[in-house]
Amino acid sequence: MPLLDVHELTTHFHTREGVVRAVNGVSFRVEPGETIGIVGESGSGKTVASLSLLGLIPAPPGRIENGTALFDGVDLLACGPKTLRSIRGRAISMIFQDPMTALNPFMRVGDQLMEPLQVHRGLSRREARTRAEEMLRLVGIQDGARNLSAWPHEFSGGMRQRVMIAMALITRPHLLIADEPTTALDVTIQAQILELLARLQRELGMAVILITHDLGVVARVCRRIYVMYAGQVMESAATEALFAQPRHPYTEALLQSLPSTHVKGEPLHTIPGLPPDLIAPIAGCPFAPRCASATDRCTRGAPTLRELVPGRATACFRVQDGEL
Amino acid sequence: MLKYIIRRLLGFVPTLFVIATIVFFLIRLAPGGPFDADRNVSDEVLRNLEAYYRLDAPLHEQYFRYLWDVLHGDLGPSFEKPSRTVSEWIAYRFPVSLELGLYGLAVALVLGLCAGITASLRPNTLTDHGPMTFAMAGICIPNFVLGPLLVLALSIHLGWLPVSGWEYPEDKILPAITLGVPYAAYIARLSRGGMLEVLSQDFIRTARAKGLSEARVVLRHALRGGIQPVVAFLGPATAGLITGSFVVENIFQIPGLGSEFVGAALHRDYTMILGTVLFFAALILLFNLLVDLAQAWLDPRVRYE
Repeated sequence: MPLLDVHELTTHFHTREGVVRAVNGVSFRVEPGETIGIVGESGSGKTVASLSLLGLIPAPPGRIENGTALFDGVDLLACGPKTLRSIRGRAISMIFQDPMTALNPFMRVGDQLMEPLQVHRGLSRREARTRAEEMLRLVGIQDGARNLSAWPHEFSGGMRQRVMIAMALITRPHLLIADEPTTALDVTIQAQILELLARLQRELGMAVILITHDLGVVARVCRRIYVMYAGQVMESAATEALFAQPRHPYTEALLQSLPSTHVKGEPLHTIPGLPPDLIAPIAGCPFAPRCASATDRCTRGAPTLRELVPGRATACFRVQDGEL
Repeated sequence: MLKYIIRRLLGFVPTLFVIATIVFFLIRLAPGGPFDADRNVSDEVLRNLEAYYRLDAPLHEQYFRYLWDVLHGDLGPSFEKPSRTVSEWIAYRFPVSLELGLYGLAVALVLGLCAGITASLRPNTLTDHGPMTFAMAGICIPNFVLGPLLVLALSIHLGWLPVSGWEYPEDKILPAITLGVPYAAYIARLSRGGMLEVLSQDFIRTARAKGLSEARVVLRHALRGGIQPVVAFLGPATAGLITGSFVVENIFQIPGLGSEFVGAALHRDYTMILGTVLFFAALILLFNLLVDLAQAWLDPRVRYE
């Protein structure tokens, strides 16, 4: 049984300019203890999808229009704010992109770190403090006692992300949602944080949803990948399979755009055009206007994600029909 | 920390010196003198009075003598009310204004913070527009209108509260409200703005992601940053509140410093004007220092700058 089973998640933002269809019928699964990657450009809906699961989208204007998300027998999208609050930070934790702004500048690191334990486990300050010190050591911050009474602004970006990770994992959640956890960090620190996440995942046995635009990052740590575009899942596959043989023109174009696969001296490969405006309704495949293999059919009807072989699905008509 | 406070306190001296200088010459530029309005004063008496108060000396000499006296803690005699010195008058009247001001401050803080924070929690809904409309009204209605209106409604029509006076606890309710409401309105707007700003920050999302209750998110995570604009405003506001309001003191017949100050200006009571202005200035400087210390306490990032 999957740990988290998201089905047809749809989140829209009702703004003055119109309805922004940020997430349109996204489905994915996470098995206990596994790491999946959700990959996509900025604006592809990957962050909104994960925030929707935890009820963290600003509402209004955001609204979850449809879908279910079964976690441990509870539908996260329908369970109500109180139940959701008891899950957040206890069973499902989240870390965010920018560690410089994600920590409260007005609170000592220790107070923030201990909070989930005090709220969810009812621990006393002293017990929580001991656990917080242990947790800091686990994420590679020595001298816990002194660092617990430090302020966030006294820490570097990498240190702050370590604190964020410690704070997210201090309650030993079953699932960690990591939203671009390394994007705001220096390249050298990025590798350290990824290794740390991978190590903690093994040690604590939790599942991880890694949200990123960085294909290099997912290739390194994820077992399965979901590729998102314009609020939809375009392709899902095991990591090796996806990199070896992409089964969606968008994935293929993404992989070609990786600078590492590129011959030195040649101009870098880019995907022509821009992602679609999510306010205007999209009739066909959202990628069709930029797709080199698109036919008439692609602009007329919207393809749905369909499994090709077990564990491998694509939302491309032409691949589904065996034309590509 | 202590060094910082001492440095700031020393910085008061030049500021007060500049204020004393400007006010000293400014009030002498104003037409009329302290004894013009006295009836039947013969030239001889006038000369004696001027000699007694050193008004016959050249202006620069008066100025330096005044500064010399102030440096020795002597604000001089009152021209208009010679029964007490200026220092004694301040010591006599200020406690009343201080008491009224503190009540007003309490009204301002309680009403203002409640309205502002409530409004910020659901922006652009009824619970936002409601308190903010009242806040706007509070800013727009001057206290010489609000005071009499309150008296009319609560004292004269309903008979719940005394019309004026400053003796019994119930005397103090209407003046405190009249004095506090405009400040409450500003505080409401400032705290709403501050809270909205903080509530949109990433770290609030982090707090929610930790599964904290909404009350804990607001009170423990947002409030400290959200009230920063209010704290900055409280410095000059507190100084203004406790030094007395001429209008409120007049409406309710309260023997405070505010009416003393305006009376002194009307009577060209030079030493009294200078004394109260310097007193007011010193309080503003002091409260601004307190505000800076409070802000450093509230925001750890400020402490290092």
